Amino acid sequence: MIHSPYIRKPASVQSVMLAVLLALLPGVTAYVVQVASVVVVNLLIATVTALAAEALILMLRKRPVAPALSDLSAVVTAWLVVLCFPPILPWWVTVLGVLIAIVAVKHLYGGLGQNPFNPAMVAYCAMIVAFPSLMSQWPPAGQIDFQTQLDLVLGGARQLDAITGATALDAMRTGLRTSGASVESVLQQSGTFGAVGGRGWEWLALGYFAGGLFLLARRIITWHMPVAFIATLAVVSGIFWLAEPARFAPPLFHLASGGAMLAAFFIVTDPVSGATTPRGKLIFAAGIAVIAYLIRVFGAFPEGIAFAVLLMNLCVPLIDMKTQPVVFGHRGSRP
Amino acid sequence: MIARLFNFHGGVKPDSHKNESSSLPIAAAPLPPRLTIPLRQSVRSAARCLVAPGQRVRKGERIGAGEGPLGTDVHASTSGTVVGIAPCAMAHASGLDTLAVVIEPDGKDEWIERRAFDHRAVSREAALRYLSTCGIVGMGGAGFPTHIKLGNGHGIETLIINGAECEPWITCDDRLMRERAAEIVSGAAILHELIGARRTLVGIEDNKPEAIRAMREAAADFPAPVEIIAIPTRYPAGGEKQLIRVLTGIEIAHGKLGTEFGVQCFNVGTAHAVHRAIHHGEPLVSRVVTLTGNVSHPGNYEVLVGTPVETLLALATPKPDTDRYLMGGPMMGITIADLSVPIGKTSNCIIAASPALFPPPPPELPCIRCGACARACPADLQPFELYWFSRAKNVGKAQEYHLFDCIECGSCAFVCPSHIPLVDYFRFSKSEIWARERELKASDQARERFEFRNYRQEREKEEKAAKLAAKAAETRAKLSGSAAGTDAAAGDDPKKVLIAAALARAKQQAGTTESANTATSHAGGPGTQPDIASRREQPHLHDSDATF
Repeated sequence: MIHSPYIRKPASVQSVMLAVLLALLPGVTAYVVQVASVVVVNLLIATVTALAAEALILMLRKRPVAPALSDLSAVVTAWLVVLCFPPILPWWVTVLGVLIAIVAVKHLYGGLGQNPFNPAMVAYCAMIVAFPSLMSQWPPAGQIDFQTQLDLVLGGARQLDAITGATALDAMRTGLRTSGASVESVLQQSGTFGAVGGRGWEWLALGYFAGGLFLLARRIITWHMPVAFIATLAVVSGIFWLAEPARFAPPLFHLASGGAMLAAFFIVTDPVSGATTPRGKLIFAAGIAVIAYLIRVFGAFPEGIAFAVLLMNLCVPLIDMKTQPVVFGHRGSRP
Repeated sequence: MIARLFNFHGGVKPDSHKNESSSLPIAAAPLPPRLTIPLRQSVRSAARCLVAPGQRVRKGERIGAGEGPLGTDVHASTSGTVVGIAPCAMAHASGLDTLAVVIEPDGKDEWIERRAFDHRAVSREAALRYLSTCGIVGMGGAGFPTHIKLGNGHGIETLIINGAECEPWITCDDRLMRERAAEIVSGAAILHELIGARRTLVGIEDNKPEAIRAMREAAADFPAPVEIIAIPTRYPAGGEKQLIRVLTGIEIAHGKLGTEFGVQCFNVGTAHAVHRAIHHGEPLVSRVVTLTGNVSHPGNYEVLVGTPVETLLALATPKPDTDRYLMGGPMMGITIADLSVPIGKTSNCIIAASPALFPPPPPELPCIRCGACARACPADLQPFELYWFSRAKNVGKAQEYHLFDCIECGSCAFVCPSHIPLVDYFRFSKSEIWARERELKASDQARERFEFRNYRQEREKEEKAAKLAAKAAETRAKLSGSAAGTDAAAGDDPKKVLIAAALARAKQQAGTTESANTATSHAGGPGTQPDIASRREQPHLHDSDATF
């Protein structure tokens, strides 16, 4: 027998996931226009891989396949994997990354809603450890034609030195560390930089930001995580920058470079692996921002968000436990 | 006007569906061929039957006498003949039976002699007793006896009259306020006096502008300090705790009573019933019920308590695709398993449900911890955490996360994108915990009984041994006494002296043991038996916890 409530809001996991996919579109569009249109091919490969892997493993687990496939969660994971990977990777790296995300991180932990780690971030970390050079090949914005990009993805000869450049974060790091130049001179001497972040790439940041606002407006995500992440990254980088402007890049550079905006609205906000209480969300996102900044500036990897997310994923049970909101009537006294 | 309203966390805004019935005036429902009046009008107490089959009763005549402090009297809702006293199904989620008086109406609807009651001329206690003899209980949901809620006459600063009616579809309170505002305000004023309040606030959701206007007009005409306050429409603003929070800012935790915070809350229907009882001498025998949903003729009816739901439904003509009926609203109501159940004092609405109006919930998907439920929860709970604990049958942890603060309003399940019937999980966990506590209590009692039995057996053994020893000593003393003359050396033997002293002690002891025996057999074991007795007498905590 069905018990109360007898009515439901017309909401579904599918509509949530669809909203996330829609919110990614401005960023994807900027990607296609500004950087590498081959990303569309990657998205396609990843989507097909994710759905096939999900279907296969659901069959192995003897679970209903259709409802799980139609909830679109696998597609969201696939897209996020692609968007945090370099676009000119050979296709099999993308496939491998998606398989890690879907099979190992999601289903081996029990499927949708059960994974303690962010699938896309595990995929990124696994791949950057396994294929450090491939995973560092970022094309300079808008300098390789589509045919070359496609050849690179589908397995043509890779003479990458000629075509890949450094990302803005990478260039900044190498510039500051190896040549000992000041931030200002690094920003001037290289053609890698745009107005605030990486040339071309900064448009992606803007696109993701716009998509994030859409998610906020649709109430798919709450303000806590994006605000805490962006504010903390700005404050931490701001402190270093103010202390030594020649050695540390300004906050806006950190916000517009790398995966900061993608992370702020789409990665950190993953509900399954993130903190859930209002205060917990603030702590979780702020923690990621701090760790990511430290890895970016002092660590061995150019981008530290993925590792930061995984480290904070580990802390989620503790954070949630310690930040439970006060229950109605337990505040103690009258106002 | 009050300067500021407070806010409660969460809440949802389901389609109100009030328009279907809100414009239809209250009409008297025709006399049914038979009335089944349950003697149990609330979970807390059942009345003692005062009538016998064949007896003629008039409308308003007492047919059941309330028992215990929580008891309220039950009355015949119309004149006629008692044709039976039989168990009937109750409109309650449990579907349990209760004893009911079945009356065949004679069609005259003849009242007993009604006399207004001057509550000012008598003591407060007498006035409260009068209300309980009029069968006045809370008509908003739980059916809690009004005379108990009126308390001891001091310490209540704010009286709140609940006209929020936040559940979709239901319009009975709306109509009552539009049509009988003066009577509600008059009832509110009586409650105000009896409870000794300093101010009285009537909270009405702002989607009922006509009711608000009518009530304001009535309150302006009435020389009592009754304030009508429009509150934002957001389910469950009509929940007692939520309404108190909105109007006063006071939060009442689970297990606490409003009286502890100087605030008490009554439904508008209750205020109306109080007015009828005091000024017209009419006990509570009818209430307004909304008939709506998948019906051709929705409406609001003044229905006699005891009218079977099926007879009432005929008035609304349910459409052919109706597959079930709900009592109460769609957020917290129950599915009526048996349409012969009678309308009770708390039955506010019957909704005909069809698959089109109330589609079966889509299949349950895994929880993605999106937190929509936590954002909707008016009790500031984290429903998904409770869900995980409930699923894992980790009810202890669920309790730690304040499971019992859940008011089962259904907001979490309403918003869940994974269509998880969250409230069902919580009900399950609650009943698991109750069952465990009952088990624990039962085993505690068994253990105590066993320990007492051991104690008793041990004591009896000791007593027996002491008695035997005493007897033996006595005989030995006699023997030694007769032998004293012969044994001249006895006085010199220190051993013998010691024995004699011991014997004397034993004799003395035997005497005291005997008296101690009789004493203990009256008082029972030291503290154990009365302990058990008092435990047995303890009311079942969880029965009284359940809401009706």
